[in-house]
Amino acid sequence: MTVRVARQLAEWLPPLVVLVGVLAIWQGAIVAFHIQQFLLPKPTAIAQAFWHERHTLWPAGWYTFKEALGGFFGGSLLGFAFAVFAARFRAAGSALLPIAIAANAVPIIAFAPIANIWFDPLSPRSKMAIAGVLCFFPVMVNTLRGLTSVRPPQLELMRSYAAGEIEIFRRVRLPTALPYIFTALKVASVLSMIGAIVGEYFGGAFNALGVLINSDAQIFDFTTAWAGIAVASLLGIALYLAVSLTERAVVRWAPEARDS
Amino acid sequence: MSVVTIAGVTKTFKSGNVTALENIDLELEAGEFVSLIGPSGCGKSTLLRLIGDLVEPTAGRVTVNGKTAHQARLDRDYGVVFQDSVLFDWRTVSKNIALPLELLGWDRDRRRERVRKMLELVELTGFENHHPWQLSGGMQQRVSIARALSFEPALLLMDEPFGALDEMTRERLNLELLAIWQQLRSTVVFVTHSISEAVFLSSRVVVMSPRPGRIAGLVPIDLAYPRTVETREDPHFFELVTQVRELLRLRGEHLLPEEEAVVR
Repeated sequence: MTVRVARQLAEWLPPLVVLVGVLAIWQGAIVAFHIQQFLLPKPTAIAQAFWHERHTLWPAGWYTFKEALGGFFGGSLLGFAFAVFAARFRAAGSALLPIAIAANAVPIIAFAPIANIWFDPLSPRSKMAIAGVLCFFPVMVNTLRGLTSVRPPQLELMRSYAAGEIEIFRRVRLPTALPYIFTALKVASVLSMIGAIVGEYFGGAFNALGVLINSDAQIFDFTTAWAGIAVASLLGIALYLAVSLTERAVVRWAPEARDS
Repeated sequence: MSVVTIAGVTKTFKSGNVTALENIDLELEAGEFVSLIGPSGCGKSTLLRLIGDLVEPTAGRVTVNGKTAHQARLDRDYGVVFQDSVLFDWRTVSKNIALPLELLGWDRDRRRERVRKMLELVELTGFENHHPWQLSGGMQQRVSIARALSFEPALLLMDEPFGALDEMTRERLNLELLAIWQQLRSTVVFVTHSISEAVFLSSRVVVMSPRPGRIAGLVPIDLAYPRTVETREDPHFFELVTQVRELLRLRGEHLLPEEEAVVR
């Protein structure tokens, strides 16, 4: 038990030290070089705003977080489904894949206003669409890679047992793909929060975090804007951690998990 | 009674237009332990895969237990062991062994009972909850053998199963495999590079020659079972090894030097 705690501490301590160090340098640099607060506010000032505005920032964050979650699940699910389809029907997959790649190359900034028009800017659905589009591609590409990286002898073995496609998918392809899928979900978890906030920059509900950050910046309340950014980051990290923990529970056999 | 009948089988691979096997005729009797031996490119692995319906012949017929090889595969008549143990990392030893039983729809109790027996057979009791990467190469291959035998297939197909193991582990597993075979009395087709391994294990050795793959000769191994460590020191054992080696040399004058080395 104590070993476990010590190991956890050893894992968390270095990044914590770095974080504290960066914040200290940040604070020190502003004081030393007299940096204007609209360029970069002091961490302490941001912390103050973070505390004072907590009753507006957190509900706004929660509102945006729900949009991000919707996009995360929707986009990831679609990406997964597309990959399963492309892995099963290679011909159809290779016909659709270039289009998916091209669609991914469309800048999300350009897509955001369009999505706002398509799905009512005040509705969370428009932000879910934007976040979903961002999540779709990494999940699709990684899942496809995972599903098709099954080694030929494994398929030969399953064929010798006269196993059908569904059996092979369930017992070989999916478990092989899981580590790839989780890598993608971690990327998607962070992207979904970004997508939701970018969407809100182009108009959204009054109580959304992106709208709040944008309007604070416009009235030169940069400390509150920064506090809003901090809320967004924390929520993004929370989703990332949730995915990581799920991964640890599900993918116990992966090389990273082997030592513990 | 012949379990496997191979009649006029030719296999040409489309890629490169390579004739892997040409006009092969071979019959395997029930309970036989038959080794296929030959240099690289003689098509011994392809022949094994043809028997197991993992590749289809270009011409000719493979009959297993009176049906087509394809039907035999659908009836789950084959247990296959590859050079790589092909264990699934996400499954424990027990669950790896139980995989074919799951596919056959056995219930949990029946699976557990059979897995316990198989673990005993390959002497891995106590390792049921280990994952494959926690085992040595020899142990992994024993799990693979246990899995192949778990559902008592009529035919055990082994493609250089001990090729990646060190000499000592290989010799020990040779003895273990023979003990298992004598207990279960299944028919075994065993592909190998090693002359001494082929002679030590088999009741019959099929010597193959390359380009195109053909059967160069059959050598019945009349060493008494059970074979032991002493068998390897029996003068007759050496005579048979020489006989196989001569057949290989006779048909393989055009072998490349490194392939000679592999054949030993």
